[in-house]
Order: sequence, then C-alpha cells, then structure tokens
Amino acid sequence: MILPLKLEDVFFVAAGRVILERISAEIGAGPSTIILGANGAGKSVLMRLMHGLLAPASGKIRWGNGDAARLQAMVFQRPVLLRRSALANVTYALKLARVPRAERERLALEALESVGLAAFAPRPARVLSGGEQQRLALARAWALHPEVLFLDEPTASLDPTATREIERVIQAFDAAGTKIIMATHNLGQARRLGDEVLFLHQGRLVERAPVEQFFSRPASPEAAAFIKGELPWV
Amino acid sequence: MEGLAEAARGALRLIVSGDATLGGIVLLSLGVSLSAVLVATLVGLPLGAAIGVGRFPGRRAVVVLLNALMGLPPVVVGLFVYLMLSRAGPLGSLGILFTPTAMVIAQTVLILPIIAALCRQAVEDAWAEYEEQLRSLGATGLSAALTVVWEIRFSLLTAVLAGLGRASAEVGAVMIVGGNIDGVTRVMTTTIALETSKGDLPLALALGLVLILLVIALNAAAAYVKDAAQRRYG
Repeated sequence: MILPLKLEDVFFVAAGRVILERISAEIGAGPSTIILGANGAGKSVLMRLMHGLLAPASGKIRWGNGDAARLQAMVFQRPVLLRRSALANVTYALKLARVPRAERERLALEALESVGLAAFAPRPARVLSGGEQQRLALARAWALHPEVLFLDEPTASLDPTATREIERVIQAFDAAGTKIIMATHNLGQARRLGDEVLFLHQGRLVERAPVEQFFSRPASPEAAAFIKGELPWV
Repeated sequence: MEGLAEAARGALRLIVSGDATLGGIVLLSLGVSLSAVLVATLVGLPLGAAIGVGRFPGRRAVVVLLNALMGLPPVVVGLFVYLMLSRAGPLGSLGILFTPTAMVIAQTVLILPIIAALCRQAVEDAWAEYEEQLRSLGATGLSAALTVVWEIRFSLLTAVLAGLGRASAEVGAVMIVGGNIDGVTRVMTTTIALETSKGDLPLALALGLVLILLVIALNAAAAYVKDAAQRRYG
C-alpha cells in the first residue's frame, strides 16, 4: 500500500508568488477525495505536487510503502495522446511500466474494454472525439492498475454526454477499489463522485469534510460563499 | 524579348534532349546537396532535440546563437571553410580544397544551424505539450525525448527540406571552396552565375528551370507526406 499520502506544511512558490500555503493533510485509502476550489485556488498545483510532477518549495510529501511512482497515475484536463493507435497508446504506457511484452496487448485491450473503447483499438488516437480521447486517457491510466488515480478536472472541456460517460468510468474505477483523488470546481460532480472534500481557497486548505456535511453545513465562510456562488450554474 | 525567347527555346532543347553536360551538372548538384543534407540531418536533429529538451546553463545564449547562425551568409561560410582547407590551413594536409568533398563540407556548415534550429523549435513546442504526461507515465530523459521526436517526425521533414532548399540554392560557399572547375566542381548555381556572365543564356536558363522544378517537386512530395500523415495519425 502506497497510501496513506502525508503532506506536512507544504508550500509552493512560483515566480515569487505563493501558490500553496502550509498544506497539511493525510489522505488514506477508501473514500474518494475531491479537491474543490475556484480557478486559481491551487487545485492543479496540489495534484501535481502529490503526483510528483512538481517539488514543494518547503514541507514534506510522503507516501506509505511500495513503489509509489509506479502505483499512481494521472489523467489531465486535456488528454495528451500519442500519434498512434488507441491500443498503442495504452501499450506504450505498459511498456514504460516494464510490463512484459507478451502481456501488454491483453492488458491494454482489457483497459479499453473497461472504458467502452474496445472497438476503437486500431483507430488513430488523435482523431477520436474529445470525450473518446479522455476515456482513452483513463484507459491508459487504468491499464497500469494504479492504487491511486489522480484526475485533474477531467471533464472541464467536455459536453454533458461525454461528461456522463467519464463519470461512469470513474465510478467504476472507484468501485473496483482504486483510490480516486480528483480536482474539480464543479459542485454537482463533486457530489456525484466524492466521498470527502478538501476545499482550497487562495492557496490554503480551508476545510475538509465528508461531502454531505460540506454541502449542507459548510464550516467556513469561504466554502459557504463558494457553494452559494456556484450553485445557480450546476 | 527576342533574346529571351531564343534563350528559352535553347533551354528547353537542352532539357528535352538530355544534354550530357547539363545532366552531369544536375547530378553533381544533387549529390553535393543531398550529402550535405544527410550529414547535417544526422548531426542537426539530435543536436536540436537535445537543446529543445535539455535544461543547462547558457541555454538561452545557445538558442540565440543557433537562430542567428541560420542566417549565415554563404560566402562567409565559403571563406571560413576555404581558410580551413587551404594549403596553409589546419586541414590543408587533407588536400580536399576544390573537390566535391569540400563543397559538401561547406554546405553542411551552412545548413546544420538551419536544421538544428528548426528541430529545436519543433521539439521544444512538442515538449511543452507532452512533458507532464510522459513524466507521469514514467518516461525519463532520452526515452521521453525520443518519443517526442518520433511524434513530430513529419514536422522535422520540413526542417530537413528547408536545409535542402538552402543547400541547393546557394552559390557563394560552393563557388569559393569548389572553384567552379568545369566537369569537376561545377554545380547548377555556379554554372548559372558563370554562363550568365559569359552570355550563354540557354544553359543558364535550362539549369534555372531544372533547379526550380526540383525544389517544387521536393516540396510537393513533402507536403503530400505530411498531409497523408495528418490524416492517418491526426
């Protein structure tokens, strides 16, 4: 188990500006965690710090036991796919994870199947629709059977139909036991997919609460204002 | 007008009849320029890719210098290579001044910065798009760089063609280090310059036509390959 993930007094600074300020949290296995906040609150940066794509200016980020780099995957807001077939995009990730060649294709097809893209295996990845591309990115992450799956606003640039499909896939991964850590500013999505909420406001972790409690009785005025301000558009 | 029509008729006659002198000059031109492109590509693509992906002190200065070298005047390159290869120069003992080999060296020096700089730009742009995703999947250093280069292989074709265009069109460098010796180092551009000054317009015009047709054909082929790849891989 690479979880729990522990953050201690994490700061992140870019171009002299403090992006994240004294973030401390322990994220354990089980409930899916939603990182909620307005644009610019620091959600994406926090996810990248956790995933190891960025290094904190100060503070510690620690995983539990096991090959932490190998057992986590991330899906970005805009999927970055390689100019090759959908299947080859997944086998590429498996190759990097040192999966034996003989098993790659079977695992990749299983992953494509799990997101409903089995029939698209031979199609060039870059000519798929936006929603299909994001599902392929999910399949590529899922093929590695990660213990933790980071999702950075995975539906932010998708239409409602594609969003529903992505959410269904995320729920299936969650049900299969993968720890979901997802950043979003979409309250409806946070409610549908989340078990607990970490609320970020201007680079600070303002509130952490179970989803129902967060929405019905937000403890901080910032969270209350965010929920109130966002609701009309949900 | 009379003279022009006369010269054009003469030029067409030379081309259609497959004149041996004309053919020899065209073949030598192609041989020299293609050799230079081959060497400059083998060195320039890895060099450009390394600068595009690498992060090292003085990188900005290297990029500025490389971009500036794209505009090297051919005669200056010719002079520089001449000084290197002349009897008194450091490489004088090779005895290759006024040979096609010297012309290949001069053209290589001329177009290496073009190929490297265009490759650097293309790789850097692609790197900005792919880096996070590749690092997330566990690709590092050379393996990530090779993946990106392979992704943009059809864009790099443009860089190589730009080098070929420059090599086959320049006069100054090959004139100085080749010496424009009849039957030995006389290429299309140097012949055009010489025959025009001598007043033998049909040969000059015939070579001009061949040169232009070659450049158009090459670029058409490259555009076709790129379009086909775009449709195929997205």
